[in-house]
Amino acid sequence: MKVLASILVGLSVGLSLAASPPAVSMPLDPFETSSFSLPPSRIDALIFARLAKDGVTPALPCSDAVFVRRVFLDVIGTLPTSDEVNAFLTEKASDKRAKLLEALFTRDEFADFWALKWGDLLRVKAEFPINLWPNPAQAYHRLLRTCVRDNLPLDRFARGLLTAAGSNMRVPQANFFRAVQSREPRALAAAVSLAFMGVRQESWTPAELDSLSVFFSRVGYKSTREWKEEIVFFDEDKPAAKAPVKMPDGQLLTLPPERDPRAVFADWLLQPNNPWFARNLANRAWYWLLGRGLIQEPDDIRKDNPPSHPELLAYLEKELVSHGYDMRHLFRLIVNSRTYQLSCIPTDANPRTLELFGAYPIRRLDAEVLIDAICAVTGTSETYSSVIPEPFTFLPEGSRAIGLPDGSISSSFLELFGRPSRDSGLEAERNSSPSPAQRRHFLNSSQIRGKIEQSSILRKLLRNGGAPNNIANQLYTAILCRPPTAGEVTLVRETLSAAPNRKEALIDLTWALLNTSEFLCRH
Amino acid sequence: MSRRFALQLALGGSASIICSNQPLFAAGGSVPTGKPLPSPARAKSVIQIWMWGGPCHLDTFDPKPEAGADYCGAFAKPLDTKVAGMRINELLPMLAAQADKYAILRGMTHGINAHETASYVMQTGHPEGGRIVYPSVGAVASLFKGVAAGYKGQIPPYIVLTEPQGRFAEEGFLGSRYKPFATGGNPAKTPFAVEGIVAEGFTEEHQRARRELLHRMDTLANAVPKHPAIAAMRHAEEEAYDLILGDGAKTFDLNKESPELRDKYGRSSFGQTCLMARRLVELGVPYITINYKGWDTHKQHFQIMRRQLPEMDKGVGTLIEDLSDRGLLDSTIVWWGGEFGRTPKVLNESPWNGGRNHHGQAFCHMVAGGGFKGGQVVGATDARGEEVTARPIYPWDLVGSIYQLMGIDTEATLPHPLGLTARVIPGKDEKLKSGGRLVEIM
Repeated sequence: MKVLASILVGLSVGLSLAASPPAVSMPLDPFETSSFSLPPSRIDALIFARLAKDGVTPALPCSDAVFVRRVFLDVIGTLPTSDEVNAFLTEKASDKRAKLLEALFTRDEFADFWALKWGDLLRVKAEFPINLWPNPAQAYHRLLRTCVRDNLPLDRFARGLLTAAGSNMRVPQANFFRAVQSREPRALAAAVSLAFMGVRQESWTPAELDSLSVFFSRVGYKSTREWKEEIVFFDEDKPAAKAPVKMPDGQLLTLPPERDPRAVFADWLLQPNNPWFARNLANRAWYWLLGRGLIQEPDDIRKDNPPSHPELLAYLEKELVSHGYDMRHLFRLIVNSRTYQLSCIPTDANPRTLELFGAYPIRRLDAEVLIDAICAVTGTSETYSSVIPEPFTFLPEGSRAIGLPDGSISSSFLELFGRPSRDSGLEAERNSSPSPAQRRHFLNSSQIRGKIEQSSILRKLLRNGGAPNNIANQLYTAILCRPPTAGEVTLVRETLSAAPNRKEALIDLTWALLNTSEFLCRH
Repeated sequence: MSRRFALQLALGGSASIICSNQPLFAAGGSVPTGKPLPSPARAKSVIQIWMWGGPCHLDTFDPKPEAGADYCGAFAKPLDTKVAGMRINELLPMLAAQADKYAILRGMTHGINAHETASYVMQTGHPEGGRIVYPSVGAVASLFKGVAAGYKGQIPPYIVLTEPQGRFAEEGFLGSRYKPFATGGNPAKTPFAVEGIVAEGFTEEHQRARRELLHRMDTLANAVPKHPAIAAMRHAEEEAYDLILGDGAKTFDLNKESPELRDKYGRSSFGQTCLMARRLVELGVPYITINYKGWDTHKQHFQIMRRQLPEMDKGVGTLIEDLSDRGLLDSTIVWWGGEFGRTPKVLNESPWNGGRNHHGQAFCHMVAGGGFKGGQVVGATDARGEEVTARPIYPWDLVGSIYQLMGIDTEATLPHPLGLTARVIPGKDEKLKSGGRLVEIM
């Protein structure tokens, strides 16, 4: 196997190495290119300085083909179509990468994908152990989706959730204080702290947690005559705190008895110099796009877990605040950086390469993104349902997994591939590590096999595939979002001519491409 | 070898690289150490027959003909079993003939009437609420009795036949290696197309040729074979092929059984699933769940019972007999039951028209083998089957007893990724209601 691997690497590198033996790294076709199309940014200065200090040579710039697939998957959780790939690759503008990002912000899938992410963090789920119930879960999801679509500033988004009062069906924000496993003030404080401060309950001292809990000690809940309706409200019958509360940053806050203490908390949290709010969001944005937090784990901010790049994190926090808590601004800063646009192939054997962001991280596609990608490539669809509670919920055929509104609506594929259970709101609930059972499913299951055999691309190629190089081109562009290399065209030609019939060969080729690391991963 | 390739080999040689997406929940993995076990393990395997939806206790193992037609409906003549005084539903003759081999638990109670919460409680042995969502009994068994404990089978240690029950039957915080393997497919069909292992119409040569093609086409993996993320994919793939190309497929071939025995189990999907479970026990698989759907009978209850009880009887009755004939029953627990029972009073009004709703206040389970004594009845309900009147059995009492017979230390803690204290079975300090372990039948 190693021999074969090195032959293949030799084959694809061969062309670029032909001229002379390299003194420096040569770009590896089809993943890399020789130079960046954008100047270094503040992010790059900080990242590359640190890499140099640790003696790590960063990876080479990624190719346009890698970039288009990467940015689609990272920003809208969706594979680009062949047409979108070809349009991007033939576009001549030097700022086409930045322009593509702007176009992605306006897509429906952008709202879907980030509502999915917020749904994970805020535990949007109808059933056990969160028990929002289907209608409120759907209303809550619609709200999250709208906030993402309209780019609501994140401070206003947070204030809306933190101070919500009203019916779980009519005021979707009110579900924030319902999407918890316990309604004790400490549990509510822990939920707020995890989502908006990036601090886990056990990182606070008991005294700190008690202080935070005071702000959530007057949240009331009452049911109505409407089935499963529940009102969340400021319960003035519950006792008010008499003494001022000392916050973890040392500030003393007084709580007027007539004012909802949650609003006092929101005022404190959303001050521009609050040490947690912007830090948490900036760190998560980096984690979402680059697979590892500057503080890692991304939701484990505490004194004894310092950031790998303190200056960079401070810069991102400042940018977020000065740009009105606009998350897209952070996405722009990160995506339009050389750091983000590095190839995934480490140039350097230094083991610190990956943790210092010296190469783009290879990660298995998330469960929802993966099944959507397979459906898109094969032109097939999936059904999603929740069989609890009755009446069962079924979504229409063709629904996309990244648009699922409720963690209780699922499929066996999503469960197998590590969709988060939405019990805790921890980022680590999402499990995208590969397992043998997942690999068996891809290699040998009736589901994947059925999708390949029924796929629209197979029918198209059987009808008028044309010459092997044309077939190779269509298959690679549709599945791997790039044209094949010369060596790959040869491989496709050989496979087609060796097989007893063309259909079987095309099925095998499609199957193989769907099983490559290149398809299964972001890279 | 290219220069780049050599560097990547070197890069991959370091163990200190952290794959950025490495899940927190994959933490742990070693068998937790606890105090010495109270008794040696008697049960090597468990077959859990999960009666999805909640079978009616009155119409299975706790008949109440004296309560009248408003309660017992169409089933007024329970069968006497091989054990004097132990009566069961009239449609269960094969089980009646095996009554000396199992114990009926008529004192089951938890009081929960919602499927998902009740399923969680029954499948984990933990009460609902609190910060921790616990793994299922099967996942705990696969932690203590699986690969880390020396299980060497190619078949995963926790199998679900055939469709997954949803995530309360799953790994919880233990991580994906403890997730059950759900076979999919239908064992009553030939071949039993086990999802991911047995592919109809594929020869082994074709599988091998495909694998070679994949490796030649995997350009990215071939460029960075030692990258931690790529190496993890390859490792998972190798394990997957061990099962696809190894003995895995033969295990699932029910044509290796005699036609007479297959008939006796019943040629239904459920009957053949029971037979499949016995084959897995013979291979030493520690935990097998049969997910038996169709017991959530709000409507048309009695029609469904008439259709399903005979199928259930053949499958479970033959399974117990077959395990016993082969000398496997002493080391195998058969655990039958669902998330709750059903309303004892028949709902004749619209829209139920003779159905039964959920009843968590009192219901029954059945256990056989692996150290449980047969011919026993534990606990009792009132004349109408509405309340437990003697010897209540809570979910943690039953699950704790099963763990004890498997030799799993019930005082041990489970490895929690955040370091929270998570116990195998709730401790006394949780002050839960309890009837105690099933010592009378152990």
